[in-house]
Amino acid sequence: MAPKQLRPLSQISNGERVSLVSIDAGHGLKTRLAAMGLLPGVEIAVVNNSHPGPFVVSVKNTKMILGRGMADKIIVQ
Amino acid sequence: MQKKITVALAGNPNSGKTTIFNMLTGARQHVGNYPGVTVEKVQGLCRYSDYEITFVDLPGTYSLTAYSTEEIVARNFIIEQKPDVVVDVVDSSNIERNLYLATQLIEIDVPLVLAFNMSDVAEQKGLVFNNDQLAKLLEAPIVPTIGNKGKGKAELLDAIIKTFTQKKEQRIHRIYFGDEIEEELTILGNIIDDKESLSAKKYGSRWLAIKLLESDADILDKIKDKSVKEAVNRSIDHLKDIFADEPHIIIADRRYGFISGACQETIKSTVELRHSVSDMIDAVVTNRILGLPIFLILMYLVFMLTFKAGKYPMHWLEMFFEWTALNINAFWPPDSQSWLKSLLVDGIIGGVGGVIVFLPNILLLFAAIAMLEGTGYMARAAFVMDRIMHKIGLHGKSFIPMLIGFGCSVPAIMATRILENKRNRFTTIMVIPLMSCGARLTIYALMIPAFFPNQYRGLVMWLIYLIGIVLAVICAKLLRLTIFKGDTIPFVMELPPYRMPTIKAIAIHTWQRGWLYLKKAGTIILAISIIMWAAMSYPKAPSKTLEGLTAEQVHKANLEHSIVGKIGLAIEPVIKPLGFDWKIGIALIGAAAAKEVFVSQLGIIYAVGTDEKQAKQSLREKLQANYTALQGFCIMLFCLISTPCVATIAIIRQETNSWRWAMFQFFGLTALAYLITSVVYNIGTVFVS
Repeated sequence: MAPKQLRPLSQISNGERVSLVSIDAGHGLKTRLAAMGLLPGVEIAVVNNSHPGPFVVSVKNTKMILGRGMADKIIVQ
Repeated sequence: MQKKITVALAGNPNSGKTTIFNMLTGARQHVGNYPGVTVEKVQGLCRYSDYEITFVDLPGTYSLTAYSTEEIVARNFIIEQKPDVVVDVVDSSNIERNLYLATQLIEIDVPLVLAFNMSDVAEQKGLVFNNDQLAKLLEAPIVPTIGNKGKGKAELLDAIIKTFTQKKEQRIHRIYFGDEIEEELTILGNIIDDKESLSAKKYGSRWLAIKLLESDADILDKIKDKSVKEAVNRSIDHLKDIFADEPHIIIADRRYGFISGACQETIKSTVELRHSVSDMIDAVVTNRILGLPIFLILMYLVFMLTFKAGKYPMHWLEMFFEWTALNINAFWPPDSQSWLKSLLVDGIIGGVGGVIVFLPNILLLFAAIAMLEGTGYMARAAFVMDRIMHKIGLHGKSFIPMLIGFGCSVPAIMATRILENKRNRFTTIMVIPLMSCGARLTIYALMIPAFFPNQYRGLVMWLIYLIGIVLAVICAKLLRLTIFKGDTIPFVMELPPYRMPTIKAIAIHTWQRGWLYLKKAGTIILAISIIMWAAMSYPKAPSKTLEGLTAEQVHKANLEHSIVGKIGLAIEPVIKPLGFDWKIGIALIGAAAAKEVFVSQLGIIYAVGTDEKQAKQSLREKLQANYTALQGFCIMLFCLISTPCVATIAIIRQETNSWRWAMFQFFGLTALAYLITSVVYNIGTVFVS
């Protein structure tokens, strides 16, 4: 079976569930995101990906809003 | 004799920590600041059994890294102040994420109690806890609580006291980070014990080693020994090689692994999660089409509540002060020139009145904000407005204080507390005065009918408001590109589920704000008001020159003879490029006390007497006779842009914890006002002639 493609989170549509691979951000921000549960391997469910409109995901049972650009920096598969 | 202990409350934002705090301390709370930062320090008292417990409500944090001021403050309080017990308030319907903070507290090795809050929501979700077993794994007592219903208070207090009194034993279950990391931790631990023994004693060498592997900026600062730093770098490089990722990520992952393991053994989920009510509400509230109108309607309601409903108590307060003034006046014979009477009535009562007059607005506004935040709506609102505000470089939430600014700058600046980011907050505070406030309306109401024919009046008023808004946008953008430069939009924000806040919580929060205002800003406003009163009333004109003059003319002469009068005269050459004369100068100085004073000062200078209706009319006639429409417009423009009043300066001092920013804004706005008004006046004169 072919390995699943790596994509930025911003390209994932509503209802899809993906797994976090890496985050393209600085040390401090990565630490903060890690504390909120965004670690490699964690499952992310996209609740609302609409333009314009908030990018809402669900991680470890918590709903979160991602700001502009952030969704581009989270690489998933 | 009561035993005194200190207990710190830690927990995630939205975990209900403050509700637990309120439950434990009731109204016996005190709000201040941690030294050197603008983070609030909230303390409260609770008497239970034979203990007097001081609870400190630490800022809500997701972890204890050095990433934000709140986290550093919380961590430092725990490590430096060494509270007797730390209570971690956990949202038990969201347990895995919430326990991340607990793992950090375990690493610091504090006497820990876990409050599993919102246990009713967890139950609804179908979660079943084996608290006994989990408490054994975490080595901390677990107390289920329902903060907003007051459940679990006694049990929590019992657990706190038991934890305090029992002997501190060595922890059995450490969080195990895996062989490779543990190996490096041992190596680093030994070096730290050797070379940095002071720090090792204070913080514990294992904890320091963990922090150093995480590249914690705060701890890195504290380590001075070069060989330690080198060892840290070696360890990090080594681990990067093995794991193809940075150690701090692996460490975070292992913490979640520990939590996951503990939870899998002890928590069962019995009900499948369905679409919650929250999701349904969100579908409407953050909807592309409906979201913005809903937000605007709510904002309209907040504004109406603050200012329209606030009118009644303000009116009662005004009547109360008038009644008091009358009664004090009655102690002296009529026409008495006693300085004591003047000090009491005009100075002190006037000054105190000037402070208290803001209180109803502030209380109502904060009740409304507490309501919006407590329900969880605020997070959604921030996002609805974000797209527009982002273009100016501000946060979505900035919209709310700026809107309030159209009523009054003082509560608006206090409202910027809802902005967590310091740069956003300061930028917003700086531009709020450009939102033309209610007091300036009295000036427009005087000037516009005096100089402009009926059909243009609405237009001119609208134009002034618009100029204010445009200037605010430009200034905000400039500030964000220069002084407050930097990325400030949070990349990620939690969306808490909707909840119903308790009346008690709203009441306590609102009262705290009001009290803080009175204590801090109120004293400054009062002091400055008295100084201004003295400067406007003294020195009085020599009685010889007053013979034969009417009451109004006496008043006028006295004002011209006073300090303010003399200053007004002196600055005339400076304000001439704006089209102003010394009379306007005097009125403007007086207006620094409060914008409404501008009108009354002009009234005195033009000796129009005290009958209100007649005075306004005759004042307008005098103005028409003495100034052109262009000058009238320039006066309004200057009043729009310059500092609203001393209350604004005082509140900025309170909210930013320094005089620096208050002065920066004062001089900045004055300079801006001067610049723009002189340009408009001079260009205008060319056009008119």
